[in-house]
Amino acid sequence: MSGKTDNQRAWFLVLPVVLLVAFNALVPLMTVVNYSVQETFGNNIFFWHGVGWFQDLLRSERFHAALGRQLLFTFTILLIEVPLGVAIALCMPKKGIWVSVCLVLMALPLLVPWNVVGAMWNIFALPDIGLLGWSLNTLGFEYNMTQQPLSAWITLVVMDVWHWTSLVALLAYAGLIAIPEAYYQAAKIDGAKAWAVFRYIQLPKLGRVLTIALLLRFMDSFMIYTEPFVLTGGGPGNATTLLSIDLVKIALGQFDLGPAAAMSIIYFLITLAICWVFYTLMTRNEAR
Amino acid sequence: MDLSWMAWTWQTAAFFIFIFASIACMGFLEYRWPGGAPRRGVFGLDTTRGDRLFITLLGSAFIFLGWLGVMGTPLWGGLALAIAWGVFVFWKV
Repeated sequence: MSGKTDNQRAWFLVLPVVLLVAFNALVPLMTVVNYSVQETFGNNIFFWHGVGWFQDLLRSERFHAALGRQLLFTFTILLIEVPLGVAIALCMPKKGIWVSVCLVLMALPLLVPWNVVGAMWNIFALPDIGLLGWSLNTLGFEYNMTQQPLSAWITLVVMDVWHWTSLVALLAYAGLIAIPEAYYQAAKIDGAKAWAVFRYIQLPKLGRVLTIALLLRFMDSFMIYTEPFVLTGGGPGNATTLLSIDLVKIALGQFDLGPAAAMSIIYFLITLAICWVFYTLMTRNEAR
Repeated sequence: MDLSWMAWTWQTAAFFIFIFASIACMGFLEYRWPGGAPRRGVFGLDTTRGDRLFITLLGSAFIFLGWLGVMGTPLWGGLALAIAWGVFVFWKV
C-alpha cells in the first residue's frame, strides 16, 4: 500500500444504493425463498413443505421442457444477433451525414416498447391478414404461426433479432470507432487484408463491448416474457412456452406460489451461473 | 413491524443468517487483512476471498439441487459434498 492515508469513509456514500437494493431486490428475493419451502392457500397462512417443491420441479418434465426451450431460444438468438450486429457495425459509415441516419435507423427498434413489438409482429405474421404471413402463404410457403410450432419459433426468433440486433450493432459500432487510426495505418503498411484487420485488430479491441453485449442479450433473452407472450402466448400448444411464461402460468394462473417460488430460485441460479461463466471466461482472456 | 407477509420460517431465517454471517466474516477478514488475498488458483482464475465465497455458495446451490434431483432427500450427502467443495475452493481455487 502507498503512504497515503487509507480512508474508507467514502463507502458510506454507497449506503443509499444498498438500502434501495435491499428494498427492491433483497427483501422480495428473501420472500421468494420463504415461499419456496411452504405451501399456501392464501390468507397469509403457510404450511411447511421442506424441499418438496424443488424435488418435484427437478423431476418434472414440464420444467425440463420449458428450460430446454428457453436455452434453445437464448442460444439461437445469441448466435444470430452477435455476429450480425458486428457485421452491421462494420458496414456502417465512419463519418459523414450517413452516420446520423444509420444511428437513428438502428436505434428505432430499441425504442419500441416490448408489448408493442409483440403486438406488431403478431399482426404482421398472421397468416390470413398479416403482411408477412399473407405474403409467405401467397408465395407458396406453408406458414401459420398460430398452428405450426416451427413457424411460431421462426417468428419469435426473427422478432427478437429485429428488436435487439441494433443493440449489439450500436455497442460494436461504439467499440469500432474508438480504435485509434494508427492501428489501421500500421496494418496498411504491413499489407494486411481486411480479414486480418478484423481478426487481429478490430475483434480483440471489441472484446470488452462484446462482453457487455453478450451479457445484456443473454440476460434479457433468458428472462424474456412480454414479446413471446403477446406474439404466441406460449403456443401453439406449449411450443413457445419459455421459462418465464411457464413461471407466470404457475404463479398467477394456478396460484401455486410454492412451486413458482422454487422455480424462480432455480431460474435465478441458472441466470447467475451462466452470467458468471460468461463474465469469467471473457475477463480471463482479457487479462492474459 | 409486521413481517408475516414475508412468510418467515426458522429454517429460511437460519439460512439467511448464515449467508449474512459469511459476508460479515469476509468484511472482518478484509478489515484485518486488506487486499482480498488475491491469487491464481487451479482453474487459472484470479480470485479474491469474496470470489471464493461466491463460487462456494453458487456451487453449493447447484450441488444441493443436483443431489435433490438425482438422490432425493435426505440432503446430508449433498451437504457433505458442498462442504468439501467449499474447502476445496478456499484451499485451491
